[in-house]
Amino acid sequence: MNHNQPVYIDNDPQNELVTLNLGPTHPATHGVFQNVLQLDGERIVSGVSTIGYIHRAFEKIAEHRPFYQITPLTDRLNYCSSPINNMGWHMTVEKLLNIKMPKRVDYLRVIIMELARISDHIICNTIIAQDTGATTTFLYLFQFREHIYEIYEEICGARLTTNIGRIGGFERDFNDIAFAKINKFLKEFPIALREFESLLDRNRIFIDRTAKVAEVSAEQALDYGWTGPLLRSAGVDYDVRVSDPYSSYEDFDFEVPVGTSGDIYDRYLVRNEEMWQSLRLIDQALEKIKLEPAGIFHADVPEFYLPAKEEVYNNMEALIYHFKIVMGEIDAPKAEVYHSVEGGNGELGFYLINDGGRTPYRLHFRRPSFINYQMFAPMSKGMLLSDAIINMSSMNVIAGELDA
Amino acid sequence: MSESINHELIQSLTERFGEKIFGVNEPYGLLTFETNKDIIVSVLEFLKTNTVADFNFLTDITAVHYPEKKHGIAVVYHLHSMVKKVRIRVKVFIDEHNPTIPTLTGLWNAANWMERETYDLFGVKFEGHPDLRRILNMDELGVHPMLKQYPLEDPNRVDKKDEYFGR
Repeated sequence: MNHNQPVYIDNDPQNELVTLNLGPTHPATHGVFQNVLQLDGERIVSGVSTIGYIHRAFEKIAEHRPFYQITPLTDRLNYCSSPINNMGWHMTVEKLLNIKMPKRVDYLRVIIMELARISDHIICNTIIAQDTGATTTFLYLFQFREHIYEIYEEICGARLTTNIGRIGGFERDFNDIAFAKINKFLKEFPIALREFESLLDRNRIFIDRTAKVAEVSAEQALDYGWTGPLLRSAGVDYDVRVSDPYSSYEDFDFEVPVGTSGDIYDRYLVRNEEMWQSLRLIDQALEKIKLEPAGIFHADVPEFYLPAKEEVYNNMEALIYHFKIVMGEIDAPKAEVYHSVEGGNGELGFYLINDGGRTPYRLHFRRPSFINYQMFAPMSKGMLLSDAIINMSSMNVIAGELDA
Repeated sequence: MSESINHELIQSLTERFGEKIFGVNEPYGLLTFETNKDIIVSVLEFLKTNTVADFNFLTDITAVHYPEKKHGIAVVYHLHSMVKKVRIRVKVFIDEHNPTIPTLTGLWNAANWMERETYDLFGVKFEGHPDLRRILNMDELGVHPMLKQYPLEDPNRVDKKDEYFGR
């Protein structure tokens, strides 16, 4: 038995409250985490969240791995948008090493990160719709996540846990098929997204279920450390891409949508608008790439960038660098660095301390889901159970990111 | 821009707290300083409400273990001023045999789970925390696994010697 949660004793005949275990594997929680709720009829009186069911000690493991082997760990944080995690980690190390990326690499990264953001938002918004009873919309839009995975597959060979790119760039250039698939996606996705919006945006049932449910003020959101679409839906225009630009986001023209009341409907609208903005960003990035010298897909930093295999077998220097990088013998400054990127759910931060050893001395992930989710139990008080379920799906809690 | 703000900030901090602000540096432009645990709450409250840059957002709380130091656990706070676009890092070194520090839950509700995580992984006891239980690991674990004395793998294994793997 797990003693981590309070035990509610139900044998009091005077007690009119019902204890409900929502999770750990309840189909409506979309992830492995538990809430012990006290219900009075359908109203929630109190709740206790228990997390940690898939805690995999990534921070401990990271202390025992060279930098480039930590990338696959970051995949498994928010596995719905793993390229953002991968590139956030790469950029953290590049910041530590003072590497400046060529513009073309930055733009290629922007394309992939925005595709990842779209796939993350597709999941969240279609699941809000699914939980309010609109299965059709879920099926309509979800196939485009598949198309995004096909693009990843063309670029790095993997789909879900991508391990895309390397410290210092990408492992190979995007091929023509990848660009063709991106262009096809840019043509087809807006049609589907418009259809999705036309099914839900003015849908009376959907609005009744979501508007004015789980409203959050800007002050509350900031107090609880919310970031990302959740914070923006409460009316705070904080976006790491704008306030602290990385990967040349300052070159792009895009808007940060904000809501007003922080309710579920606003969160839905903010995420939808962010998908449109992501499409704009990808469009612009494709245009900008045409102006950059072709064929550049990594920075010229042989001592940090893992060389291609054929180089390793045929070239002495490449073999030496390969050995040093794999054994963690690179000359990284002894310093500490904090870098954050705008993940699908908010500010994804990496706090890295390097002491000159082969592995990080300490690596801490600031995981937006973990920090966003702690408000769920307090804000559920007095809410209907069915509203709490869609509130949870609109928070887009990803168990991997929650538990590290 | 951030450099001049950092300068102003550290000036106002030393004006207010004097000698108790030390170890100031700016790795990668992020103002970092150390302070003592008895004034940490008032330092952070000052940062939250000061006029140079109001650090209204608590980004992160975590800890680092330095077994060879006298005060072996560093509790690290990251704050962020969204208006001025400045971040700041505050460190407090505490004794690893008596790791106690006042809680921040009175200033930010976000501190609740961050402190529970830090307690779970490092054993830092946040005094005054409303609900200081483990959050990621099970209650029966008995140890705080991020401390450096706990190895990642079974130390009795003979087939994997740590020195071969850079550990």
